[in-house]
Amino acid sequence: MSVLVDESTRLAVAGITGKEGSFHTLNNRRYGTNVVGGVTPGKGGQDVEGIPVFDSWEQAAGEVQPNTAMIFVPPRFAADSILEAAAAGVELVIAITEGIPAHDELRVYNTLKRDRAGGHSTRLVGPNCPGILSPGKANVGIIPASFFKQGNVGVVSRSGTLTYQIGNEIAQAGFGCSSIVGIGGDPVPGSSFVDIIELFQDDEQTELIVLSGEIGGSAEEEAAEYIAEHVSKPVVAYIAGFTAPAGKQMGHAGAIVSGSAGTAAAKALALEAKGVRVGRTPTEVAEIAIEILGGVATDRRSIPHSGHTAGSPIGQQLR
Amino acid sequence: MDLLEYQGKQLFARHGLEVSAGKAVSTVEDAVEAANEVGYPVVVKAQVLVGGRGKAGGVKLAADEGEAREHAQNILGMDIRGHTVRTVWIEHASDIATEYYASVLLDRSAKQPLVIFSVEGGVEIEQVAEQSPEKLVRHHVDALRGLSREEAVEIATEGGADSDVIEGVADALVALYEVWLEEDATLAEINPLIVTPPTNPLGGSAAEGQAGGRRVKALDAKVSLDGNALYRHPENQGLSDSENEDPIERRAKEQGVQYVKLDGDIGILGNGAGLVMSTLDVVAQAGGAPANFLDAGGGSDAAKIQQAVELILANDAVKAVLFNIFGGITRCDEVARGLIAAFGEIGAGGHSIPFVVRLDGTNDVEGRRLLEEAALPNVHAARTMNEAAEKVVELAAA
Repeated sequence: MSVLVDESTRLAVAGITGKEGSFHTLNNRRYGTNVVGGVTPGKGGQDVEGIPVFDSWEQAAGEVQPNTAMIFVPPRFAADSILEAAAAGVELVIAITEGIPAHDELRVYNTLKRDRAGGHSTRLVGPNCPGILSPGKANVGIIPASFFKQGNVGVVSRSGTLTYQIGNEIAQAGFGCSSIVGIGGDPVPGSSFVDIIELFQDDEQTELIVLSGEIGGSAEEEAAEYIAEHVSKPVVAYIAGFTAPAGKQMGHAGAIVSGSAGTAAAKALALEAKGVRVGRTPTEVAEIAIEILGGVATDRRSIPHSGHTAGSPIGQQLR
Repeated sequence: MDLLEYQGKQLFARHGLEVSAGKAVSTVEDAVEAANEVGYPVVVKAQVLVGGRGKAGGVKLAADEGEAREHAQNILGMDIRGHTVRTVWIEHASDIATEYYASVLLDRSAKQPLVIFSVEGGVEIEQVAEQSPEKLVRHHVDALRGLSREEAVEIATEGGADSDVIEGVADALVALYEVWLEEDATLAEINPLIVTPPTNPLGGSAAEGQAGGRRVKALDAKVSLDGNALYRHPENQGLSDSENEDPIERRAKEQGVQYVKLDGDIGILGNGAGLVMSTLDVVAQAGGAPANFLDAGGGSDAAKIQQAVELILANDAVKAVLFNIFGGITRCDEVARGLIAAFGEIGAGGHSIPFVVRLDGTNDVEGRRLLEEAALPNVHAARTMNEAAEKVVELAAA
């Protein structure tokens, strides 16, 4: 098992004919993901290295029955593309696009919520996220799969590269992941920590959950409450942004401390109050995870290094 | 993107919220002329993106031309908590019967718009929330339907607005919601939302309105616009306190790089907002003080890395620089090429600032090899993030 994406994934990609869209779609296919189609209005009938392109989500749904959508279109078209994929009955929409207006995200979130109440059930992950990887099964998005292997750690994160950092340290210690889910760094994400932690709690393969959060909003605090009530598996957390000043947006649209709310310290406290161990560095998170998994590293993965002494001036070595 | 008061008021006026007529000026002479035009008494208000203007002496009432001149002279150029006053807003002084509070914001937790109203205006709203929460109405709006006038009347009534101005407050709330929605704002706040005294039909202060009942008016404006939505508001693109913006931050914005200036002396470059934030923390834990946040972004090529190095070094406080790259889409060999190119521009040995470079991830071996071959002076390699942080802190202190 794993969560959200696996061998049963049938992926179609909005924006497949773009440079980024085609590059990552083909990467995903190379990994083994079943890519069944793409959507670009006006380019129906073409193909991208054998992947059929359709004019609309409705058409793609009728022809190739995707159960997963990846959104790679520019911000101004992304909200409509997400909603069209949902309307066509696609169950899971993963939005990679960065820079979607917050009001569009609000409209999308509330539309999907309303339609869920009406019996439709589309789950949105992202936007502004790196996607989802279930090692050994499927990769949907831009997560570099080579740093991860199959295992029993479930990772959910607001940040991409920070996830790679933590995941890589866990992998180097010989452990792998069930799934890595990027929920994105925007103010109104389609899925929250709670939504994904719920899936990991129910997933047989997952034995430990790593939550990687950051400043802004209150999603980490809400996760702390949820974990205390509903999660029996161990959870290790990391929060980025202890040194971030209030009022300054740190890259992600959602990463901003406003007033006294949303600080890293408050989030770490909220999690620790509910028994979640919080690592102070990405390395410490990996160490805690490894400790909990009961493991001394057994099959430490060797990553080739160029052999120079760490910390020494590169220039001097050649002299 | 935070707007200055007068810019916010201009948006308010566009959506039918009542504000005082006024002028934004940046010289004493223009201030006096504007004051004469709007009519005394006037208020001279410093335009800066920071709270506590009144306490700092940045908001003054002027009864005549002499006072207007004096206040404009004092306020223009004044420093208010690190912000230099370059613009003052001159508006006709309003008579105030009572002060309310109103705002519309994006509630990230509920994932709905939130309207807040209180009859306790003119003070910090956080203070009201703490000391008399019963005087604060918090009302979530259905994002798909918007705020109806009936809802607005309910909010005003529930909040305890005086009965003669409930309609007026409701109108203001509906207009404020429209500002929030149609201008793609994340926050639209009025504090205070004032109620004027009834105007006297026999003369007195009826100059700016018709004689009659009490009216509701926005005396201040705090608006934050969503930068991601500016493409659909070309008319708002020029709004921002660009004069008070840090020059390096402004340059970064023009180059499409995420850069935030901080107070320390260690320059930071990383890829991905989360990893960069984490790098700042790890440097601080090692005893250092970061000089900036810089996210080179995903898939940066050599040219972008070179530009980023130039941005970091444009800050004179920087004593050492840390590159922390975990390559996903970003290729470590491209990062290495960018750094080498940047050193070429600066001229090898032309500066004495040490760099600590940690490259991991996509094409890391190639990246490290390129750096070794280039034998750049004063560039140190580190294997892990923690080790890199310790090294750069040591070098900055040396």
